[in-house]
Amino acid sequence: MDFNYTDEQNALRDTLSRYIAKDYPFEARRALAKSAEGFSRDHWKQFADLGLLALPFPEEFGGLSGNAVDTMLVMEAFGRGLVLEPYLATVVVAGHLIRDAGSAAQKEAILSAIAGGERMLALAHYEREARYKVSLVNTAAKQDGAGWKLSGGKGVVLGGNAADTLLVTANTGKGLSLFLVDAKSAGVAVRSYMTQDGGRAAEIALDNVAVGKDALVGPEGSALPLVERALDYGIAALCAEAVGIMAALDEATLEYLKTRKQFGQPIGRFQALQHRMVDMVIATEQARSMAMMAAVKADSPDAAERRRAISAAKTYIGQQARFVGQQAVQLHGGMGVVDELNVSHYFKRLTMIELTFGNTDHHLGLFSDTLLAA
Amino acid sequence: MDLNYTPEEQAFRAEVRAFVTGHLPADISAKVKHGKRLAKDDFVRWQKILHQKGWGATMWPTKFGGTGWSAVQQHIFEEECAEAGAPLQLPFGLKMVAPVIMAFGNQAQKDHFLPRIVDGSDWWCQGYSEPGSGSDLASLKTKAENKGDHYIVNGQKTWNTLGQYADWIFCLVRTSSEGRQQEGISFLLIDMKTPGITVRPIIMNDGEHEINEVWFEDVRVPAQNLVGEENKGWTYAKFLLGHERTGIAGVGRSKAALKHLKEIARKETSAGRPMIEDARFRDRIAQVELELMALEITNMRVLSAEKEKKAPGPEASILKIKGSEIQQAIAELQMQALGHYALPWLPEALDAAWTGVPVGADYVTPLSGHYFNYRKTTIYGGSNEIQKNIIAQMILGL
Ligand SMILES: Cc1cc2nc3c(=O)[nH]c(=O)nc-3n(C[C@H](O)[C@H](O)[C@H](O)COP(=O)(O)OP(=O)(O)OC[C@H]3O[C@@H](n4cnc5c(N)ncnc54)[C@H](O)[C@@H]3O)c2cc1C
Repeated sequence: MDFNYTDEQNALRDTLSRYIAKDYPFEARRALAKSAEGFSRDHWKQFADLGLLALPFPEEFGGLSGNAVDTMLVMEAFGRGLVLEPYLATVVVAGHLIRDAGSAAQKEAILSAIAGGERMLALAHYEREARYKVSLVNTAAKQDGAGWKLSGGKGVVLGGNAADTLLVTANTGKGLSLFLVDAKSAGVAVRSYMTQDGGRAAEIALDNVAVGKDALVGPEGSALPLVERALDYGIAALCAEAVGIMAALDEATLEYLKTRKQFGQPIGRFQALQHRMVDMVIATEQARSMAMMAAVKADSPDAAERRRAISAAKTYIGQQARFVGQQAVQLHGGMGVVDELNVSHYFKRLTMIELTFGNTDHHLGLFSDTLLAA
Repeated sequence: MDLNYTPEEQAFRAEVRAFVTGHLPADISAKVKHGKRLAKDDFVRWQKILHQKGWGATMWPTKFGGTGWSAVQQHIFEEECAEAGAPLQLPFGLKMVAPVIMAFGNQAQKDHFLPRIVDGSDWWCQGYSEPGSGSDLASLKTKAENKGDHYIVNGQKTWNTLGQYADWIFCLVRTSSEGRQQEGISFLLIDMKTPGITVRPIIMNDGEHEINEVWFEDVRVPAQNLVGEENKGWTYAKFLLGHERTGIAGVGRSKAALKHLKEIARKETSAGRPMIEDARFRDRIAQVELELMALEITNMRVLSAEKEKKAPGPEASILKIKGSEIQQAIAELQMQALGHYALPWLPEALDAAWTGVPVGADYVTPLSGHYFNYRKTTIYGGSNEIQKNIIAQMILGL
C-alpha cells in the first residue's frame, strides 16, 4: 500500500492550490455565478492550458493519461474554490464515457476537442420518473433509415446549459444505447436554470431528434455498464470535491473559533464547541480516506468491486459532509446563514453534492444490497 | 392523568377551525401552503381579521385585549392556524415586547402600544443582537445617553428579522458602563421613522431578504419611551427571552410541515414507486414523527406547569432545542424527498404572481431554500448550545 502522491501529482496539487487561491477568489466567483453563462470561458481556457481538460485521456488523443487519483486532486481543489465551470460534466463524466466507449473516430474528434477547451459535453441520462435508478430510461431511439430518431425527456442535466454536444441515453429495441446529439439539433429543447449551489443545469426535451448512424457510442444495447462506469467516475470526483469543501469549512470554522469572542473569550474555549470541532475534523479525515478509496477503485476493471466501493464512499461521505456542513454553519452563528460569507456557499454545494448521482439513502441501499450476495 | 382533549376542548377546536377556514383569505393561505414569498400586507391582513374576531392576541390576558386562553386552547389555535395555512403571527410585537410592556411598562405605554399591536397597526422588530454581541448579549454596546427628556442613541443592531417593515423597534441599549455589564442596560422603544436610523438588508443563504442591520446615528428618543427603570433592561430582557422560547417549539407548524412532507413523499416517485413506500425513507419520516409526538406532550406539560408562574422557566429551553431540531429535520426530509429535483433554483417562482412552468413538481421550488434557511432555528432565539448551557446550569445545577 502506498499513500504517497507521485512527484507529478504533488506538482499538480501545488499548481491547483495556487491557481484557486489567486485566480478563483470568492467574490469573483460570486459574480460569475450570477453572470449570463454562470461560469467563465477564460477559466476554461486556463484549465486547458494547465492540461486539466486533457488529464484522463490517452496520449494518442492529446491527453495526459492521468488516472482517477489525478482527477481527485483536481476536484478537491475545485471544491475549495467552488469552481463553477462544467468540469465534472465535460471532462469527468462525458470524457471518461467517450474514452471508454467511443470509436477511434469519436475519440479522435471529441477527446482532443475537450482537451483543447473547444467543446463542452454533458451526459443527458437521468429522467424524472427514474429518480436515481440508473437502469430506468424511457427515452426511446427509433431506427430511421441509416440513423435514429430520439424522443424523451432528461432531467437536471448537469452542464446541460453549456454543452455543445449531449450524450443521450435511449432505449432501442436492443436495450439502452448511447447517442451523440448536437445540442443545437432540431427537436432539442434545452431549458437552463441556476442550481441551489450557484451552478447550472438543464431540463432537456427531445422531440424526434434525428441523428446519423455514427452518433451511436459503443454497441447498440450495451450502454448501461458504460454509463454506470462513467457515473462512478463522476461520483468519485464528487467525493473528492466534497472533501475539498469539508477541509475548507474545517479551516474556516477553526479560524472562527479562535477569533470570534463572546463572554470575553474566543468561543473556541468552550468545550462543547471544541468537541464539535474535533468531530468535524474526524469526519473530514474519514471522508478523505473514503474519497481515496473511491478514486483508486474507480479505475478498477472489476465492475462489482468498483460499484460497491463507489456506493460505500458516496454514502459515507454524504453523511460526513452533512455533519460538517451543518456544524460549520452552526458554529458560525448568524454569520453561517448569510449569503455574504463563503460558509453558506460551501454548505449549499455540499448539500447538492449529496443529492447528485444518487443521494446517501440511494447508495446506502445499493451498498446494503451487496451484503446479501456475500 | 388524561391526555385526551375534553369535549369542551374539542368543541373549541371545531369553533376555531370553522372561523379560521372561513376567514383566512385564500390568496394568503395559497402562498403559505406553496411556500411563496409573503408580503407585509399578508401578515397584517390576517392579524386584522383575527383582531376583529377578538382573537388578535391569544396569549394575552383579557384585561389587555387578549383572549385569556389556556395553554391547551392556545395550542389548539396554533395547530388549526398552521393546518389552514395561516401566516405566522409574528412574535416580535405580540409575544416579545407586549409581555414586557404589560409587566414593566407605565400606563401610558400600555394604553398606547398594546392596542396597536393587537389590531395590527404597528409592526415591531427586535433590536437585541449586535455584531459583537450575539450569545453574549449583555456585552452590547449600542449607547443611549440620557439627556433629560430624551436619549441620544448611537450604535448598531443586527440580524433584525423583517426590520425592513417595522414601525417600531424595541432595543436593549447601554445607559451605563459602571458595575456589571448586565446592570447598565436599558429597554427602549424606538420609532423606526426617527431621523438617524438606517436599515440595511442582509441576504440569507436562500437568497431572500429576511434580516437586516439597523444603524443608529444620533437618534433622538423621547425619555417616555424607556420601559421600566433605567439600567434594569436586562431583567426585562431575560423575562422576554422566556416568552420567545415558548413560541419557538412550533408544534402546530411542525405538524403541518410533517403532513406536507408525507404528501410530498406520496407524490415523489422512485422508478414508479412513491417515496413513502421506500422503507428507508419512510423510517426517517417516522422517526421525526416520534420526536414530534413526544414534543407535543412535553410542550403541554411545560406550558401547563408554567400557568401559575409569571414567566416560562428554564424548561422552555427543552422546547427550543427539540422544536428547532424537529423543524430542521422535516425541512431536510422535504428536500431529500425531491432527489435531484432539489437542485434547481428558481427564485422568481417564489413570487405568487409567477405563472411560469416549474422545474419538477409544483411544490419543489421553496424546499431546498427552506432547508438552508431553517439552519437559523438552532442559532436564533438563543442558540441551542446556549440553551444547553441554561439547562446544565439552571436545571441540573452543573
Ligand atoms: C435568521 C436570524 C434571525 C434573527 N433575528 C433576530 C432579531 O430579530 N433580533 C435580534 O436581536 N436578533 C436576531 N437574531 C440573532 C440571534 O439571536 C443570534 O444570531 C444568536 O444569539 C447567536 O449570536 P451570534 O450569531 O453572534 O453567534 P455567536 O454568539 O458568535 O455564536 C457562535 C457559535 O458559538 C456558540 N457559542 C457561543 N457562546 C457559547 C457558549 N458559552 N458555550 C457554547 N457555545 C457557545 C454558539 O452557539 C454558536 O454556535 C437572528 C439570527 C438569525 C440567524
